[in-house]
Amino acid sequence: MARHTDLRRFTGFRGLTILCLVLLYAPLVIVAVYSFNDSASITRWGGFSGKWYVDVFTGPESPKFRQAAVNSFVIAIGAATCATIIATAAAVAMHRTGRFRGKGASIALINLPLMVPEIVTAVASLIFFITIGFTTGLLTIFIAHLVFCIPFAYLPISARMQSVPDMYEQAAMDLYATPWEAFRLVLLPLMIPGILSGFLLAFIISLDDFLITNFVKGAGIETLPTAIFGSVKQGIKPNIMAISTLLLGVSVVFVTLSWLIGRAGQSRT
Amino acid sequence: MDQHSVAVDVDRVVKRYGTVTALHGVSMDIRQGEFFTLLGPSGCGKTTLLRCIAGFEDVSEGAIRLKGEDIAPLPPHKRPVNTVFQQYALFPHMTVLENVSFGLRRRGWSDRDASGRSREVLEMVRLSDFAKRRPGQLSGGQQQRVALARALAPGPEVLLLDEPLSALDLKLRQAVRVELKQIQRETGIAFVFVTHDQEEALTMSDRIAVMSEGRVQQIGSPRAIYEAPQNRFVADFIGETNLLDVTVTSVSAGMAELELPGGLPLRCPAAEGAVQGAGHVSVRPERIAIGAPGAGTLPATVADHVYLGTDIQLHAKLDDGAPILVRMQNAGQDSVPEAGSRLGLTIEAGAARLLAD
Repeated sequence: MARHTDLRRFTGFRGLTILCLVLLYAPLVIVAVYSFNDSASITRWGGFSGKWYVDVFTGPESPKFRQAAVNSFVIAIGAATCATIIATAAAVAMHRTGRFRGKGASIALINLPLMVPEIVTAVASLIFFITIGFTTGLLTIFIAHLVFCIPFAYLPISARMQSVPDMYEQAAMDLYATPWEAFRLVLLPLMIPGILSGFLLAFIISLDDFLITNFVKGAGIETLPTAIFGSVKQGIKPNIMAISTLLLGVSVVFVTLSWLIGRAGQSRT
Repeated sequence: MDQHSVAVDVDRVVKRYGTVTALHGVSMDIRQGEFFTLLGPSGCGKTTLLRCIAGFEDVSEGAIRLKGEDIAPLPPHKRPVNTVFQQYALFPHMTVLENVSFGLRRRGWSDRDASGRSREVLEMVRLSDFAKRRPGQLSGGQQQRVALARALAPGPEVLLLDEPLSALDLKLRQAVRVELKQIQRETGIAFVFVTHDQEEALTMSDRIAVMSEGRVQQIGSPRAIYEAPQNRFVADFIGETNLLDVTVTSVSAGMAELELPGGLPLRCPAAEGAVQGAGHVSVRPERIAIGAPGAGTLPATVADHVYLGTDIQLHAKLDDGAPILVRMQNAGQDSVPEAGSRLGLTIEAGAARLLAD
């Protein structure tokens, strides 16, 4: 690149970059560091200790958090699985049926939930459940999560599908595969990286959701984010930092996996 | 023609996309065991016709018969034809052996039988050592041979090849041509080969269908297509030719009496459908003899010459201004006619052909 157009030589480039990185990551670093604080204070460093992690699993609040974690993971796995299946079907319909009436509208409808303010979806979901007479509880959380996970699962699956030319399925059908066999034996294996990416993304989005969950959860039912919020309302204790750090760790692992799988898939075809 | 020797009978096939018609009632008989080529420029409908035979496109009208049975209503997986795709379309997540076995497995062969048969076919294309590799680990030429093996393994009635050599470089392409032709002879399967490359078509085919704008222009052996073109499109598309404006005085029994530009009379073969009046003759540049101007010759003026090694190409102009191309064999002549010099061209009766249009 020519020297005068190299972005790195612009005045203030270094300072701006560092400022952005600090704003993005300083809070996370502070939480992660203070989760190992020996003191019960959240502002004063009292030496290194893993006791808050022990507290998370054995302390007085541990049964509450354990139940919340189980709920969170069950909902995340269930919602992400269903959302991935639906998103895969949607991607096949979008990319393998040629042009049809209302295709543009369908794409917009699938992706619209990404643009709708979450609070609106939360309120609407609650009103919807009340209207049809559903008792709020785990099931309502699951249904709400399933719905908002679909566009997130759809994005990587659709992107992957776009990069798989339809000649592979044609070749399969030319070689006596029924349409279902062509899908199962050829298209599906080629789409696996996108599908896994979509699943992991949906899983993280569900695991992380607070707003919608808080609206549609029944009394006494908590997921990790709502349990953490409930606990914080009574004052921030370092055990919250430990839980948050654990959750951050899970997220980082999943997002990294999603990225690695996506990259491996790209290099193969 | 004997009904039993027909492998594929394409009967007045029409293909429309909305308001656009890609095939205007195309008919042809592809015989058993022949190397049949669909030749034409891009957009002429040759690939569309191939895809109609394979089943990837529905025909709008007409029938495609395989051993007398109309396969036009059948989906691709129920047609006993296989395709070698332009981009090969080898399944990237399967080994070479799995790719080649795929069709046999779908037809219900056991894993063992399918593998055995696939290994035989791989041997034929000289890829036995690559059975365990994945397509991504092979060169372009090897992938092309896997694609061929995969399509041949199930023993199709007809093998369809969609410009399979276009992704290879020139040298490899020439080698593969010979090999492909050899495999076609060995297997005795009818090959329907799509190409826009006339040299490919002339060297490999038993018969060629020249197509243009969704219509068959002419069907015949490479020699017939080259030596006896039916119309201006065929004469111009296959090889180099001179198309001269002539006045036809009479046509009878396949022979025409006509006047060349300048009034020189000529008697030459006529294509079916040629009529009296204004017409065109095709004269191949290598069939024109040059000499000194004189009675019974066509006068022309040399404009330029191009040295091509084996030949020398003369660009000349007739007296009415029409350009004419002459190819002289490089027989070690001391002198080539200089620009501006006058020539007398002689066109033998057999060298010219009156076209239908």
